[in-house]
Amino acid sequence: MTLLLQYTLIFASVLILVALGGCFSEHSGVINLGLEGTMLVGAMGGALVMRYLTGSVSTPVLILLVILVSMLAGTIYSSLLAVASIHFKADQTIVGTALNMLGLAGVTVVVKAINTAANPDDVSSIIQYGAARDKFVVKLGNFEFSWFMLVTVILLVTAYVLLYKTKFGLRLMACGEHPQAAASVGISVFKMRWAGVLISGALAGIGGIVFIMAGASEWRFEYGVAGFGFLSLAVMIFGQWKPQRIALAALLFGLFRALSNVYSSFGWLAALNIPSSVYNMMPYIISLIVLAFTSKSSRAPKAEGIPYDKSTR
Amino acid sequence: MDTPYIIEMLHITKRFPGIIANDDVTLQLKRGEIHALLGENGAGKSTLMSVLFGLYQAEEGEIHMNGKKVEINDPNDANALGIGMVHQHFKLVECFSVLDNIILGVESTKGGFLQKDEARKKVMALSEKYGLHVDPDAKIEDITVGMQQRTEILKMLYRENDILIFDEPTAVLTPQEIKELMQIMKNLAAEGKSILFISHKLAEIMEVADRCSVLRKGKYIGTVETKNTTMEELSAMMVGRNVNFHVDKKPSEPGKPVLEVKNMTVASKVHKNNAVKNVSLTVRAGEIVCLAGIDGNGQTEFVYGLTGLEPLVSGTITLCGEDITKAKIRERSLKGMSHIPEDRHKHGLVLDYSLEDNLVLQRYFEPEFTNKAGFLRRDNIRSYADRLIEEYDIRSGQGPITKARAMSGGNQQKAIIAREIDKKPELLVAVQPTRGLDVGAIEGVHKSLIEQRDAGKAVLLVSLELDEVMDVPDRILVMYEGEIVGELDPKATTQEELGLYMAGAKRDEVKA
Repeated sequence: MTLLLQYTLIFASVLILVALGGCFSEHSGVINLGLEGTMLVGAMGGALVMRYLTGSVSTPVLILLVILVSMLAGTIYSSLLAVASIHFKADQTIVGTALNMLGLAGVTVVVKAINTAANPDDVSSIIQYGAARDKFVVKLGNFEFSWFMLVTVILLVTAYVLLYKTKFGLRLMACGEHPQAAASVGISVFKMRWAGVLISGALAGIGGIVFIMAGASEWRFEYGVAGFGFLSLAVMIFGQWKPQRIALAALLFGLFRALSNVYSSFGWLAALNIPSSVYNMMPYIISLIVLAFTSKSSRAPKAEGIPYDKSTR
Repeated sequence: MDTPYIIEMLHITKRFPGIIANDDVTLQLKRGEIHALLGENGAGKSTLMSVLFGLYQAEEGEIHMNGKKVEINDPNDANALGIGMVHQHFKLVECFSVLDNIILGVESTKGGFLQKDEARKKVMALSEKYGLHVDPDAKIEDITVGMQQRTEILKMLYRENDILIFDEPTAVLTPQEIKELMQIMKNLAAEGKSILFISHKLAEIMEVADRCSVLRKGKYIGTVETKNTTMEELSAMMVGRNVNFHVDKKPSEPGKPVLEVKNMTVASKVHKNNAVKNVSLTVRAGEIVCLAGIDGNGQTEFVYGLTGLEPLVSGTITLCGEDITKAKIRERSLKGMSHIPEDRHKHGLVLDYSLEDNLVLQRYFEPEFTNKAGFLRRDNIRSYADRLIEEYDIRSGQGPITKARAMSGGNQQKAIIAREIDKKPELLVAVQPTRGLDVGAIEGVHKSLIEQRDAGKAVLLVSLELDEVMDVPDRILVMYEGEIVGELDPKATTQEELGLYMAGAKRDEVKA
């Protein structure tokens, strides 16, 4: 039971972080379909920090550096989306898809190159961080508390406050709903959309490192992030682009993802003798069902996906 | 302060691809006056105001404020100079509250957090002072158009703007709301605000404005004091010729019935009752029948049922002796029904198609426009479009390849009318064909309708404008709550009597 709770919380953390990322981008008016690729780039950034710095810096510094570097990597990577969709008015769906492909391929190439440089016989795309992973975890009895859970809660609250209690949030959402209205009161739509996309990249980046460290002590980067970027988009839609509802939706999806890790420890579930692949499929099937029934009433930011053009009325 | 003018726009020229929107235009606004800017659709009024508001930059010309030259490069500059604007299409975020929309862009914060309480107090005080009733917590998407407009006005007042631009503010309002707005504008001017009021409705300008400047096809025609002028003089300045406010037509000579509707019932989309209840009517060749009534009494649904946009619950429709009750929309079109729709953006045009493609929307499959292999015959489409543009005087920036979206409302309507009339229909259904058009264009539309009648076609006109109902048709049918409650002869009735029928205060048994 504790194990189920632990996995639910950590996977929900991933979904919350990345879905919040999507949420900021879409509230500014840019659809970020490249979350999957951005997660991977962020994960690589964090994993490399652990590979090179574990043991040479103190634990708090390591934790801080891993988080900052993965966020920074995601931010930089997402600036590609910003340039293409805001300045060159490219189709955001296509740019996002391209970022996913580029992310997976680019990260694999980089990690393999690093591995081969260190040891000519090693052509894998694996980074190991088992020793570092322990530093992120505090044992509370059977429950492994991860500092990432705390970071997620802090970022969740920050996101809520930023969106609904500050002028930044008011202006950001105005740009995603009616950019012409925002421009007419002197708000720079370009700047707000840049901000939305970059925040989205930072959150997806940290989401990526949390994901690969959720249940593993090494990661083979050519495997990608198993569709968690897209799952997060489903969470975002199910959460109606609102942080508080995104958190609840993420817990639901996280629960189903956690089940596939721990179902064997529940006697009655194991006794049903259902193949493990069925449990693995659960979050994705649930997301299909949920979206099929809820997307009709969903209220996306009105101007998302439409490049801002000053001259249209 | 040695000049009486708060704002002067001197020799402004603004070009767009293929068109000069403003050609050496000068506009001088006095402190504390209501100054109307009059012009036909596409005369360049909105462009001129966008230049003043910083949304566009003029290629030539200067803007002076209190006699000093100023640069206005974006709405922030305009705002800093105290210039505010109520746009024709409101610039409101629909899912935000009224209050959020008002403070957007000028939010006050404390320690990084929004401070809405003071803003609310200020908004309520302004709302009280000028009689601008709003609910600050209501979402824009839930409130009436009138309240949305009051929100826009409060937005300007909240920013303490002294120069207020109203871009065709009455186009979207009910008569009652228009009256209120006129009073609000007068109050604002009395408080020392200077107002620019863009309109093509002469009666409103005569009532509310002190002076009026006229634009025609991008050029400045002149400025007059409203108390020294007449509506006739203004309209002549606007369209460049004398406009006949009354429709000249000879008596009708009705022939055989073209359209017969029997016991039509159409369901409503908004409530459980039927929107059209058991309506029967006949339109004969060579007559114009007007379906009059207050908006929302089933006229829209009747037309939807008639043209095939909605299925009937019961009843039959016969066109030229043929039952078309269950016919598809294209069949109805091919059998001689033309439809000038109420909402030209929704049902009239594909806004992102070119003008030429819009003009062949119902005919592209004919051999003239599609060859045997199934490919479009572009050259024929182009020459057909060129002919219609010439014949119906459809003006646009780039001719046949102009996107419909980029055309002015009046010219969009002309394009629809050209398309619908040129396919030589037996029955022309024209729903509010003059909505949003200026006097010159209205005259043209009425002339086309009467030409159709005189050519022996049947015309069914649906209108909400009393003047149009009295002037254009040969017979009036009044619709009230989904039923036809009276048949009137426009020559023998009065607007008062018509009003009684429309309000449901009077009814006759009408047989088809």
